[in-house]
Amino acid sequence: MDQTGRSLISLEGLDREDILWLLGHAAEFEANPNSKILDGKIVATLFFEPSTRTRLSFETAVNRLGGRVIGFSDAATTSSSKGETLKDTIMMVSNYADLIIMRHYLEGAARYASEVSPVPIINAGDGANQHPSQTMLDLYSMLKTQGRLDDLNIYLVGDLKYGRTVHSMLTAMRFFNPTFHFISPDELKMPEEYKEYCRIHGIKFEEHSRFDEETIADADILYMTRVQRERFTDLMEYERVKDMFILKNDMLRSAKPNLKILHPLPRVNEIAQDVDDNPMAYYFQQAKNGLYVREALICNALNLLK
Amino acid sequence: MGKTGKSELLVAALQNGTVIDHIPSDKVFDVVNLLGLTSIDNPITIGSNLSSRKMGSKGIIKIADRYFSEEECSKLSVIAPNIVLNIIRDYEVIEKKMISMPDQVRGIVKCGNPKCITNHEPMQTVFDVVDKANGTLRCRYCNKDIHKGDIKLL
Repeated sequence: MDQTGRSLISLEGLDREDILWLLGHAAEFEANPNSKILDGKIVATLFFEPSTRTRLSFETAVNRLGGRVIGFSDAATTSSSKGETLKDTIMMVSNYADLIIMRHYLEGAARYASEVSPVPIINAGDGANQHPSQTMLDLYSMLKTQGRLDDLNIYLVGDLKYGRTVHSMLTAMRFFNPTFHFISPDELKMPEEYKEYCRIHGIKFEEHSRFDEETIADADILYMTRVQRERFTDLMEYERVKDMFILKNDMLRSAKPNLKILHPLPRVNEIAQDVDDNPMAYYFQQAKNGLYVREALICNALNLLK
Repeated sequence: MGKTGKSELLVAALQNGTVIDHIPSDKVFDVVNLLGLTSIDNPITIGSNLSSRKMGSKGIIKIADRYFSEEECSKLSVIAPNIVLNIIRDYEVIEKKMISMPDQVRGIVKCGNPKCITNHEPMQTVFDVVDKANGTLRCRYCNKDIHKGDIKLL
């Protein structure tokens, strides 16, 4: 487990057993999402950068387990806008709370907070760096829909260059013998350092430039991400490729029956609306799984899991 | 060593102390700063843009009556891995110390990522040396790598 007490900063320190153990607990919370296990506990959610979806999920998790929440959802309303250091904010809040869940726009903020804080920290996203609870809920969704994490064919589609979630997935899946397929526009290809990571860890991967019915016919998991306009240096290139990486319902005709479509959300137009009614669409349930996974992560940080 | 012999004549021989040799000419003052030489009273001779058969151009720093710890030496590895420290006692070189990359570099190097927390908080930077041969450092906070040529000191 993570080196800094019970804090969860990244998934790097977790091995196969740790991951499966946490996901097992998430399944228990799914079977029984409401309890009083956090009775008497106060959890602070410090969102230096707004993220409604992640914050609501964490706060719901605390509330469903009988804990109470303090915090802020926008740094503009706090002393950090007056120039207070992160350390001072963390020290102040740790006087009040048993656990701090934080999102920050600067990379490494959560690691630093965990070094100065006397209470555990859960990283709810630090810039483009890490977002471990998202990866855990992605893994949980795969395990739940496929019945296993081992030997899956996982297709990652869209922005593979900047996509934090797809990079974390590569590292977290290294214990489970996956075969990855990378499908992206040229400008947003999987960076060489991650491909090198795959080679070092014996993770199989193939790269594709076409996104069509044939390419994805063998997929167990189709993980869609958003191709964002602001990521392109060449806007002509954006205009040319923006519609090439959209999933439409008729592309799923040859798909394996067990295929599930995941997306970290928010979606814009990379999954056509007509896919939503296809039973293979799983992104809304995936977001719901985040609640159970976060219940497990919070209780683990507070040392309440057996 | 004919040529270096000539350049050594430019400065007085040292009875006791350290001669730091094979410093890239553009790094001489980085070495001065890293070792805190501006705040000691010992006699110091600094030579720069001296001709060197191996390097073309190099710098030398001679510090009288001062020796450096392994930790101080390892700091130098981030700016110039081929520096040699000659330990002088009674006009004789009694040891030639090569420097080696430490496993971790603390408080010396600036993270190149403008969005890294270390560039916004009053805190120490920490890098793990992930590739000693190529001099690659990884920021412990934002996980970004810095390669040898891009290293900037704080």
